[in-house]
Amino acid sequence: MKSEIKIKVEKLNFYYGNFKALKEISFPIFKNKVTAIIGPSGCGKSTLLRCFNRMHDLYPGNRYEGRILLYPEELNIATNGAEPLYIRMRIGMVFQKPNPFPKSVFENVAYGLKIKGITNKKVLEERVEKALRDAALWDEVKDRLKENAYSLSGGQQQRLCIARAIAVEPEVLLFDEPTSALDPISTAKIEDLIVKLKEKMTIVIVTHNMQQAARISDYTAFMYLGELIEFGSTEKIFTYPENKLTEDYISGKFG
Amino acid sequence: MRIETKKKLDLIFKGFLVLTAFTSILVTIGIVIALLEDTIRFFNHPEGGGFPSSLIRFFTEKEWTPTFVTKKIGILPLLCGTFLIAGIAMCISVPLGLLIAVYLSEFASHRVKEAVKPWLDFLEAIPTVVYGYFALLGVTPLLQWFFRKFDIEVQGMNALSPGIVLGVMILPFTASLVEDSLRGVPHYLREASYSLGASKLKTAFGVVIPAAKSGIIAAYLLGASRAVGETMVVAVAAGMYPNLTLNPLEPVQTITGYIVQVALGDLPFLSFEYLSIFAAGFLLFLLSLFFNLMAIYVKSKVERY
Amino acid sequence: MKENKVRFKEKLFEIVGVLCLLFVLTFLFSIILKLFLDGLHRIFDLKFYTSYPSRFPQEAGILSAWVDTIYVMIGAIFWSIFLGVPAGIYLEEFGGKGRLARIIEANITNLSAVPSIVYGLLALGIFVYRFKFGESILTAGLTLGLLMLPVIVVTTRESLRRIPRAIREGAYALGATNYELVFHHLLPYSIGGILTGVIIATSRAIGETAPLLTIGALTFIAFLPPPPWEDFIGMLKSPFTFLPIQIFNWVSRPQEAFHKNAAAAGFVLLVLCLILNSVSYYLRYKMRKKYQW
Repeated sequence: MKSEIKIKVEKLNFYYGNFKALKEISFPIFKNKVTAIIGPSGCGKSTLLRCFNRMHDLYPGNRYEGRILLYPEELNIATNGAEPLYIRMRIGMVFQKPNPFPKSVFENVAYGLKIKGITNKKVLEERVEKALRDAALWDEVKDRLKENAYSLSGGQQQRLCIARAIAVEPEVLLFDEPTSALDPISTAKIEDLIVKLKEKMTIVIVTHNMQQAARISDYTAFMYLGELIEFGSTEKIFTYPENKLTEDYISGKFG
Repeated sequence: MRIETKKKLDLIFKGFLVLTAFTSILVTIGIVIALLEDTIRFFNHPEGGGFPSSLIRFFTEKEWTPTFVTKKIGILPLLCGTFLIAGIAMCISVPLGLLIAVYLSEFASHRVKEAVKPWLDFLEAIPTVVYGYFALLGVTPLLQWFFRKFDIEVQGMNALSPGIVLGVMILPFTASLVEDSLRGVPHYLREASYSLGASKLKTAFGVVIPAAKSGIIAAYLLGASRAVGETMVVAVAAGMYPNLTLNPLEPVQTITGYIVQVALGDLPFLSFEYLSIFAAGFLLFLLSLFFNLMAIYVKSKVERY
Repeated sequence: MKENKVRFKEKLFEIVGVLCLLFVLTFLFSIILKLFLDGLHRIFDLKFYTSYPSRFPQEAGILSAWVDTIYVMIGAIFWSIFLGVPAGIYLEEFGGKGRLARIIEANITNLSAVPSIVYGLLALGIFVYRFKFGESILTAGLTLGLLMLPVIVVTTRESLRRIPRAIREGAYALGATNYELVFHHLLPYSIGGILTGVIIATSRAIGETAPLLTIGALTFIAFLPPPPWEDFIGMLKSPFTFLPIQIFNWVSRPQEAFHKNAAAAGFVLLVLCLILNSVSYYLRYKMRKKYQW
């Protein structure tokens, strides 16, 4: 089975002011696969993830070097010429803590569609239902669409955020430690969901939980101190790591 | 909507925000221009003797009568009245403010605080002209009655009554600022003091107040700035007579009181009277700026823990 | 022995603290009571609210004063929101740590401490004579609006600061623009706090006398401005009076009968301020309950 490339990172450097947070990172992200980025805290894995949808632009004093190519047209994300608004509509994101808007469940999921300019009520209803079904939330909330999103449980809120992100049908979905604030049952539901979602989109997930990476990902990137130490299929990384550092980390010698 | 349209809208939106934020600077510039330009005209005006002798007269003459036929332009009586009343106000506001703030932040229960706070806020919201009414028709008669027992005559207009009222008026403001700085003292300092066996009272006065001292001084400087700039209480109750005296039982006039007095009459544009309120106002602006900058400076020297 | 002494001292201080508070509260209630008793006859006299000022204290009323006060305050609220809320949004959301933002910030802090009568001189020198707005409702509204500005900016910033960063990131991640973020999220979630600030600023501005005295507020106005739906410009250009100015005029007259009018009008103003303050308390409480981040 030959995998198609969705994103190609080439010699990416990233600076917070004068601090070089990412050093010469290069690796591919394959289409319709789950790619996990692991590493100890502070290794730059979240920083890398936030480069993909230009979230760093929200805060001043940041700088990119190198290239992040988004396929099929090989659009370089990491230049000022690339339009963040456009990129963020194609590359969605789910955050560490559930962050629904303090609006109704329906409005939360419909929000991305609305700012894309879809106002037809019927279309909105269809797309919201589809997104909620895809996020395995529909059965729990179908009678509560008008209720405030904050009345949902933490796990439900996170699935709502996933529904919100997939409603606009992004090509890539980024997850930034999506289960770190959740209980094991909610975590399991979201892991199942991620595995199912890869049929429709490409997924990149940052996690500090190695078991999680092993369970759900097809490819794994291990990072340490702002550098990419090793990238490969998850199976290979977890069974025959090439690098001593990777081996020490996944065997729990540090972290 | 196309992304290009959105980008343009976003740019316009941000521009609008910057523009409105910038108006605050225009206001300051406007204040400085209005005050400075007419102050310069005042000192160049032939009726004041022209520059530079007008400036010398401004600081050396002992009478202030720009509205009279013989014009004396010594600012001293107005300054004296201003500081006399502000001084009386601070005499009320400093000790009371400190005691109330210490009591509320260190001793009072949560329920007492919750019950008292809205009333202190309300005290701050009372219109100043109402305070003026109370000073003239409430406090002054009371003072007259009190001093008559000692055979001392208190005039219907005097500095004491508006001074006292002003002191209470700025009290909620200073007390809440003082309380804020007391609350800013980290808890471990208090605990350290308790663990050495100090009482609550000793901790409050020996540890907490010294630790918060720059914040407290800044609060009083801001209070003084308010007392100097307050208008209506003094315009109603202090009198309209520029008086070079430190006797609080006599009528005095403050800078603000003078501006009100002249503003009540007809004001031909650029007449000497018109210009004189800008000169007085400019001095007032500088005074309050001085107190505010002092407060900022003192606060910037805040102790680091 | 020593312990008792310490406890006694502490009790003594508590008593002193309570006495200080009592003194201040007594002061407050004597003001209210004094106004109420002095103005009793006029407060419950309906004609007081429907008559123009007059030479005869018994016939004088506050009709023109309260109508003009409403016009002026609508102007003031408009200007303070129009200029203050966007400025607050800029400083809190987009100004960052830039030089311009820091200068504007320091400037606003300073403006909030400028004596109100200085705003009156600004209005007289700039709006009345240089801009030729005249001694009008427009000038008065603009002046009080500028006076309210720092409070609005500060409360806008405070209410924005309470919204978690995650909400902003959530909206941006979906491709929202800055104005979409502001209009769809930041403003709806902070509107309660902003409104509280507007009400507090209003209650302060409505008691202001000094800045309007210098721009020639009249104390003897026996007509109302033209209704804005008939002649908007005429309304803006109309000469004006203001409730606190009417009070000041009455209190500075020698006749005691006029003092009664001043007391009654002062009581009306006081009740207005009390209502505004209570509403702001209620709003703040409700908003805290609605958005618990």
